[in-house]
Amino acid sequence: MAEGRTARRAPARGRLSTIAGIVLLALMLFPVYWMVNASLQPAGGVLRGDWFPRHPDLSGYATALRDQGRALVTSLVVALGSAVLSLVLAAPAAYALALLPLRGGAPVMFGVLVSQTVPGIVVANALYGAYSDLGLLNSYGGLILADSTAGVPFAIIVLRAAMASIPREVIEAARVDGAGQLRVFASIVLPVSRNALITSGLFAFLFAWSDFLFALTLNTTETVRPITLGLYDYVGAHSNQWNAIMATAVLAAVPAAALLVAAQRHVTAGITDGALD
Amino acid sequence: MRNEGRWEPVARWLFVTPAVGYLLLFFGLPVAENVVMSLRDYTATTFYTGDAPFVGPRNYFETLSSDQFPQALLTTVVFIVGSLAGQFTLGLALALFFARAFPLGGVLRSLLLLPWLLPMVVSATTWRWMLDTDTGVVNHALRALHLVPSGVPWLTDTSGALTSVILVNIWVGIPFNTVILHGGLRDIPTQLYEAAELDGAGPLTTFRHITWPLLRPVAGVVLLLGAIYTVRVLDIILVMTGGGPADATQTLATRAYDLSFQQFEFGRGAALGNVLVLVSLVFAVVHLRAGRRALHG
Repeated sequence: MAEGRTARRAPARGRLSTIAGIVLLALMLFPVYWMVNASLQPAGGVLRGDWFPRHPDLSGYATALRDQGRALVTSLVVALGSAVLSLVLAAPAAYALALLPLRGGAPVMFGVLVSQTVPGIVVANALYGAYSDLGLLNSYGGLILADSTAGVPFAIIVLRAAMASIPREVIEAARVDGAGQLRVFASIVLPVSRNALITSGLFAFLFAWSDFLFALTLNTTETVRPITLGLYDYVGAHSNQWNAIMATAVLAAVPAAALLVAAQRHVTAGITDGALD
Repeated sequence: MRNEGRWEPVARWLFVTPAVGYLLLFFGLPVAENVVMSLRDYTATTFYTGDAPFVGPRNYFETLSSDQFPQALLTTVVFIVGSLAGQFTLGLALALFFARAFPLGGVLRSLLLLPWLLPMVVSATTWRWMLDTDTGVVNHALRALHLVPSGVPWLTDTSGALTSVILVNIWVGIPFNTVILHGGLRDIPTQLYEAAELDGAGPLTTFRHITWPLLRPVAGVVLLLGAIYTVRVLDIILVMTGGGPADATQTLATRAYDLSFQQFEFGRGAALGNVLVLVSLVFAVVHLRAGRRALHG
C-alpha cells in the first residue's frame, strides 16, 4: 500500500522539482540572457532596456566584429597554443608521476599543488621584468607561456589521477613484450587517457581564453591583444555603444557556452578532479 | 626488462623534466624574483638603467604603513568572507536541491556551471551594465516593483560598490560550490538516510546529524579553494569599479597591480605581492592537509 502511494506521488513531485529547477536556472542565468538581449538591441546612446529583443538588430555584432575581430583571432591562437603546450608538458609528467617508480615524485606533486595557489599578480610582476629583458613582451609566445601557468598544473593533476587508475598489469604486460617506456606511454597510456586529455585540454583552452591579467600586464602595444583586453578597453572607450560592447561579450562567451553544451561530462569531471585531488 | 638497468631512473626523469622546468621558470623563479625585487628600489627607470639599488625592508615599511594598507586589508577580508559565505550557502542549497533525482536534473545542474566558465571580464562587463544607476536592469526592476524610489547607486557609492563586487563574485562562485558539494552529497551512503527515515528523523535532524558531519571535509576543501581563488581576484574589480570609488573596492591584489603596473613601483608592488603569497600559502597548507583528510577519511 505504502509503495503504491509513493509510486503515484513520485512523478508529480519530480515534475515539480523540474519546474523549480528551471526557475532557479533561469534566475542564475538571467545575466547571460540579459547580455544576449542587450547585444541584439539597435545602436543608440542609451538603451531603452526592452525585456525582449523584439526587433533583433545585428548592428552591434557588425560593429563588434569590425572592432574586435582581430582580438578574437588572437584569443583563439593564444588559447589553442596554451592548450597544446599544457598537454605536451603535462602528459609525460603525469605518466611518470602516476605509473613509474619515480624518486622525488612526491615533492614534484607537492610543488604542482602549491603552484596553483600562487597569485597571478605575483607571477606577472616578476615576468614583466624578465619578458622586457628577453623581448617577450607583446609576443604570442610570451603570452601563451604565461597563460599556461593555469593549464599546466591543472592538466598534471587531472591526467595523473586518470593515469593512476590504469591497471598496472596492462603496463607490465607491454613491458614484458619488450616495449620501451616511450612506446608504453604513446601507444597504451595516451589512448587510454583520452577522456582526461580532452578534459584538461578543454580547461587549458578556457583558462587561456579567459585570461585577463597576463594580457593586461604583459602587453604594452596593440600587437597581441586578446578579446578580454579588447572588451575591457572597449568599455572604457565607447561606454555609449552598449549593444556593440555586449555583442563583444557574447562573442567572448561563445567558447565557454559551446564547451559546456558539447562536453558537459568533461566539464563536470574537470571541476571535480581539479579540486579534489 | 633488466637490460635498461641504471638508465631507467634517468629515462623516467626525462618525462618529468619539461614540466618541472616550466614550473620552476614560471612559478619558482617569479616567487624568488619577487622577494629580490621587494628588497630593491625597483621602478620604471630600472628598465632603462638596469639600476635597482638594495634598500632592505624599506618597501615593506612603506607599503604596510601607508594609509591605504589597512583599508585594502579590511576590504580583502570583507570581500573574501562575504563572497565565501554567499557562495557556500547558496551553493549548498542548490546542491541539496539537485541531490534528489528528478527529470532533467542532470542537464539543469550542468547548465548551472555557465557563470563559472565565462571569462570573468565578460561577467563583470555584463553586471556593470546591469547595475548602472540610471539605465541598468536591476534598478529598473527595483523601481518597477516600488522597492526603491530612485536608483540605487550600486557602483558609484562606496559601500554599494563593495557589495556589488561581492555579489558578482558570489554569482561566479556558486556553480563551483554546487558541483563539488553535490559530489560530496552523492558519496554519503543512502542506507544512512534510510535508517534515519525509519527512526522517524525529520529533514532538519537528518541534515544536522548525517549530511553535515559527512559533508564537512568536502565543505572545508570548497571553502579553502574558494578563499585561494578569491584572494587573487582582479578581473571583476578592475572591470566593474577599477578599485573605486575612493578606493572602496581596492583589495591587496588590486593594490599590488596598481603599485606595479599603474605607478611602476615594482619593488613596492612585489612587497605587497609577497604578503599575498604568504596569505595564499597559509590557505594552501590548510587545504593540502584538509584535502588529504577528505580523500583518505
